[in-house]
Amino acid sequence: MSGAKDPGSPGGAAAGRDVPAIELVGATKRFRTPSGGLHTAVRDLHLTVRQGEFVAVVGPTGCGKSTTLTLVSGLEEPSEGEVRVQGGPVAGIGTQVGFVFQQDAVFPWRTVLSNVTAGPRFRGVPAAEARERARDWLARVGLAAFEDRYPHQLSGGMRKRVALAQTLVNDPRILLMDEPFSALDVQTRALVSDQLLELWSGTGASVVFVTHDLEEAIALADRVVVMTAGPATVKQVFDIDLPRPRTVEAVRLEPRFIETYREIWASLGEEVRITRERGAGSAA
Amino acid sequence: MPLETAPAAAPVRDTSAAARTEARERAARHRRIGVHAARAAVLAGVLGLWEAAARTGVVDPFNFSMPSRIWDQIWQWVAHGTAQGSLGEQIGYTLYEALLGWVVGVVAGVVLGIALGRIRFLADVLGPYVKVLNAIPRIVLAPIFLIWFGLGPASKVASAVVLVFFPVFFNAFQGAREVDRNLVANARILGARNRQVTLQVVVPAATSWIFTSLHVSFGFALIGAIVGEYIGATKGLGLLVAAAQGTFNAAGVYAAMTILAVVALLTEGLLTLAERKLFRWKPADAGDGR
Ligand SMILES: Nc1ncnc2c1ncn2[C@@H]1O[C@H](COP(=O)(O)OP(=O)(O)OP(=O)(O)O)[C@@H](O)[C@H]1O
Ligand SMILES: [Mg+2]
Repeated sequence: MSGAKDPGSPGGAAAGRDVPAIELVGATKRFRTPSGGLHTAVRDLHLTVRQGEFVAVVGPTGCGKSTTLTLVSGLEEPSEGEVRVQGGPVAGIGTQVGFVFQQDAVFPWRTVLSNVTAGPRFRGVPAAEARERARDWLARVGLAAFEDRYPHQLSGGMRKRVALAQTLVNDPRILLMDEPFSALDVQTRALVSDQLLELWSGTGASVVFVTHDLEEAIALADRVVVMTAGPATVKQVFDIDLPRPRTVEAVRLEPRFIETYREIWASLGEEVRITRERGAGSAA
Repeated sequence: MPLETAPAAAPVRDTSAAARTEARERAARHRRIGVHAARAAVLAGVLGLWEAAARTGVVDPFNFSMPSRIWDQIWQWVAHGTAQGSLGEQIGYTLYEALLGWVVGVVAGVVLGIALGRIRFLADVLGPYVKVLNAIPRIVLAPIFLIWFGLGPASKVASAVVLVFFPVFFNAFQGAREVDRNLVANARILGARNRQVTLQVVVPAATSWIFTSLHVSFGFALIGAIVGEYIGATKGLGLLVAAAQGTFNAAGVYAAMTILAVVALLTEGLLTLAERKLFRWKPADAGDGR
């Protein structure tokens, strides 16, 4: 585990911003299907995320976005190609990575506070200090008053914020987020997105944010990566030159935003169409 | 129509709503009382019929006994003790054997179930043996245990253990296998080592599976202890049954059965209480069992 970090950190610390936070070099991932065949989820993927950069990934459903994140996190190994984090190859789960999952993954038998202390406690931080850090993060995501509740007693939006605090309390240098807000209503989503931008701006962490919502992608990110229909590979990368700090509701109305949206949708829409036609074909 | 009633409606509706709530509560209360009364009536009816049938000779009281005799028998045991000693001592013996067997069986079942559920290699190696052992009708082991361990409590504990072990084992195994993969992935990303994943994710996630088996398995532990005592013992409720049967005392058999049922129900109630305490994190509808 620390082996993945050590070779990278001398270079990473000295070279600072020069070493990319994440590099995927020709990464390919194949899964064995129940029928015995091989299913390629990600094919020959090249992607670089710079230090402190916020990258949003959009692509049609089932194309391989989640799989890409599991490769970066070390939960899965690539079948071919290489994945590097902070300059060092990924071997096992790194200590610098945070991952907010697509599905609810807070521990239902732990209270809110205990959920947020889990990470530091797993890593050997003394209980009192872990609690202090957890309370600090709960206050930042606006859940200080709910620390004694169990997850099933919270709303969906609150649970997502617990997941966010649970991840951020470990102070990850790399933050992977898999459609973290897709289960939320539009208003809550805008609110939590703004909260995320605010929290992120203080940390200097590099973010990969997977979403189906192109507006959300543009409003949050420095760059938007469009993936092809599965097996996923990078189709096109768009730079978003909207000024920061941003608020999601305001940035949405800028002419530049609408222009960018149209441009990216032209690229993404085609892949979505391909995926849909394929689905209709295989269903028939 | 809403326009017409609107000005006067508010206060009127308030009182009528309150009245309706009260009426609904009253109806619910009446229903509950009705259910309890009907239950008592069913019991009284069955016992009464039995008693009447036995007294009038429709059924043979020598073979089938009757409620009043059973009651006399229980009362006699309570007041004057049994041939083997006081009734409390017999209950204590059986409970002791059942509890000990249950605890040993549960601990072994949980530990092995989780270990095999987590460690693929172990599951592959030991899986077939567990299946074969499970296929043996375990109640026939009781005579063997009597030969091995003698008339004392050890042989009863052993039969309770083998009866308890398997259901608990399979539930723990299944629970460990079916842990939400996202929870495990999340824990590992957060920094958990294998042991922490097992103890802090797999075990809590499997507890509801395990608890389902605890209810059933305490019943099995009692069965194991009783059957063991029935076959050969110096003390216990099973011996009471055997002794009553040996003297053609049908009332004695029924009386021992009644006592057993009460003991089983009480321990079941205690387990339910413990479960409620342990599963505070679950949504209310599952915990309250309404
Ligand atoms: N463990 C697995 N075993 C077999 N196939 C898998 C596995 N995980 C993912 N796949 C397949 O890989 C493909 C990509 O899955 P992935 O979850 O990465 O898609 P996604 O882009 O995140 O989709 P969505 O936007 O709907 O979340 C899918 O076709 C899926 O069926
Ligand atoms: Mg996904």
